[in-house]
Amino acid sequence: MIKASTWQVVKTLMRRDLKVALRRRSDIINPLLFVLMVVSLFPLAVGPGPDVLGRIAAGVIWVTALLAALLGSERLFRDDYLDGSLEQMILLPVPLPVLALAKIAIHWLLSGLPLVILAPLAALLLKLPVEGWSTLLLTLLLGTPILSALTAIGAALTVSLGRGGALLSLLLLPLFIPLLIFAAAAVEGALVGAPVVGQVVLLAGLMVLTLTLAPLAVAGAIRVSVN
Amino acid sequence: MTMVVNAQQLTSVRAGRTLFADLDVQVEAGGVLHVQGPNGAGKSTLLRIIAGLLQPLQGQVELFGEPADVDREQWQRRLLFIGHKPGVKSELTALENLELQAGFDGVVIDDPWQLAETVGLLGLEDISAQQLSAGQQRRIALARLWFSPAPLWILDEPFTALDQPGIELLQQRFAEHTGHGGTLILTSHQPLSWQPPQLQQLIIRSPEAHD
Amino acid sequence: MWRWLHPYAKGEASYRLLGRWLPWLTGSAVLTMMVGLIWGLFYAPPDYQQGDSYRIIYIHVPAAIFSMGTYTAMAIAALIALVWQIRTAEWAIAAIAPVGAVLTFIALFTGAVWGKPMWGTWWEWDARLTSQLILLFLYLGVIALYHAFSDSRTGAKAAGILALVGVVNVPIIHYSVYWWNTLHQGATITKFEKPSMATSMLIPLLICLLGFALMTAAFICQRLRNEILRQELHRDWAQQELN
Repeated sequence: MIKASTWQVVKTLMRRDLKVALRRRSDIINPLLFVLMVVSLFPLAVGPGPDVLGRIAAGVIWVTALLAALLGSERLFRDDYLDGSLEQMILLPVPLPVLALAKIAIHWLLSGLPLVILAPLAALLLKLPVEGWSTLLLTLLLGTPILSALTAIGAALTVSLGRGGALLSLLLLPLFIPLLIFAAAAVEGALVGAPVVGQVVLLAGLMVLTLTLAPLAVAGAIRVSVN
Repeated sequence: MTMVVNAQQLTSVRAGRTLFADLDVQVEAGGVLHVQGPNGAGKSTLLRIIAGLLQPLQGQVELFGEPADVDREQWQRRLLFIGHKPGVKSELTALENLELQAGFDGVVIDDPWQLAETVGLLGLEDISAQQLSAGQQRRIALARLWFSPAPLWILDEPFTALDQPGIELLQQRFAEHTGHGGTLILTSHQPLSWQPPQLQQLIIRSPEAHD
Repeated sequence: MWRWLHPYAKGEASYRLLGRWLPWLTGSAVLTMMVGLIWGLFYAPPDYQQGDSYRIIYIHVPAAIFSMGTYTAMAIAALIALVWQIRTAEWAIAAIAPVGAVLTFIALFTGAVWGKPMWGTWWEWDARLTSQLILLFLYLGVIALYHAFSDSRTGAKAAGILALVGVVNVPIIHYSVYWWNTLHQGATITKFEKPSMATSMLIPLLICLLGFALMTAAFICQRLRNEILRQELHRDWAQQELN
């Protein structure tokens, strides 16, 4: 009998993935560089005037965040699938959705959290007025876990295909739309001094809902993909 | 003797082709089931169905007298499956891989170096697994057999990429496992050089090959 | 509760059952569609504001309503397929998705055509059109995922999970798009909103709704039969059916 407790298994899984990720730092850093570069393309394209830039800044940062989430998403389960760790994960004596939630948490730590930390720099480059900064950070903090969870669903569904890239974007981008609408609108509202509590609460609700249901979908998708 | 694996009337169709139909598999505690057959006959599919990774089209599998849908976790706590892919993280060293695997199996390895020596990885512990050969990576995966407490082992082609001493070593470990009442299901193309007391041979040929 | 469904989990039984329904469905669909469309397009009175251009609702509204309804039906099939492992339900996902996508496309296309005389532009970021567009993306995602797998069982299961994820998201997307639309509503007035409709216009619309429902069911029925036959080709009954 294997006597490992759920917590022990989850801890081992997170420790392993963090260790592997720290050996491949470029996978963490490259999406962040991508965000910075895309963000700096906009002043070049629409002109550096603060009136135009400041108005589109929130939208640009959020769209860039979605694209960055897509960029790293394929890798979420790819290595695990190729080296056989994914099928071992199914066989661990722990409910698969719990492990899926752990994978989502790790993905957020390695891609969502760095993005939140990078956001002030992007806001600075895009001349986002200071009134919008705190709301931008708050929406990113609430929104990036949703991105990680949805990304995990798409990645788990396409992991066995080997060429998921474009397909994954097709699956995921429509699902990102509500997040984009509420988050960008909240920042815009903050800029004109409107109350943003409503949107923030909505985003928080969306996050709770996504983090509750997504692990089930990810678990189902992993079982389908590994066969 | 208690029945460890009891599979009834398994049928599997992959990509429109019937691999096997109405196949019964029964293995008792201490028994060895050696599945043989040509490439693509469905050996791996059968092992994966028994391990619960795949659903058969028809039929059901009981392990330790319980079907999977009763308590899947209890099932999985008594089961060790190693497939074609070793499940070794190529970024991590051999020792790190062993230690993490032990974490998943809920044990602590008392002397990892001793284990590394046993499985022939001594001197390679600190090299990341991607720099090791296929056979050495497989040794990392199989090292699990020396510490896992699971009574049922399901091994798909365990001898692949191993050298002759490695194959001998593995069979010694099998003998110890079954000697203590453990159960083993494996596939391999070469015959076993070890003669287990309770050996069943199962040869899978796809039913369509007869036509 | 689901026991009665089990005979139809076998391909042959469902194939025969659908075969019995199909002629009735097709016949009644053609009949009601013809009555509804001819009535709506030729005999219903013109609108005092929009003239004859409003008549496109006899296609647009049923297509829009059933594009959503079909998605729900697909999600229900997906739930049955994943929970009870019924294979006919797996095939139904593959059969339903393209029908729904076509309905969504018709709704989008007629919406755009209607937009031209109403707004003077082929595309307006109207809430309904936008959420139809996103629904089309969701359908295309399901279809693309299904076809990406070489093994159709795996493809159907994966597409089923995506359809379930989608059906949880559809109301959220719908709500968010409406909310976004009111936020950015500047000068556009939503002309789709009609407070009430004259009975002489409403009756042909209801007939068209019924016609579209029957037609959708007939198409799904036929596609499901084809799908069953294609998946069961290795079985004897399918071979006999073809010869």
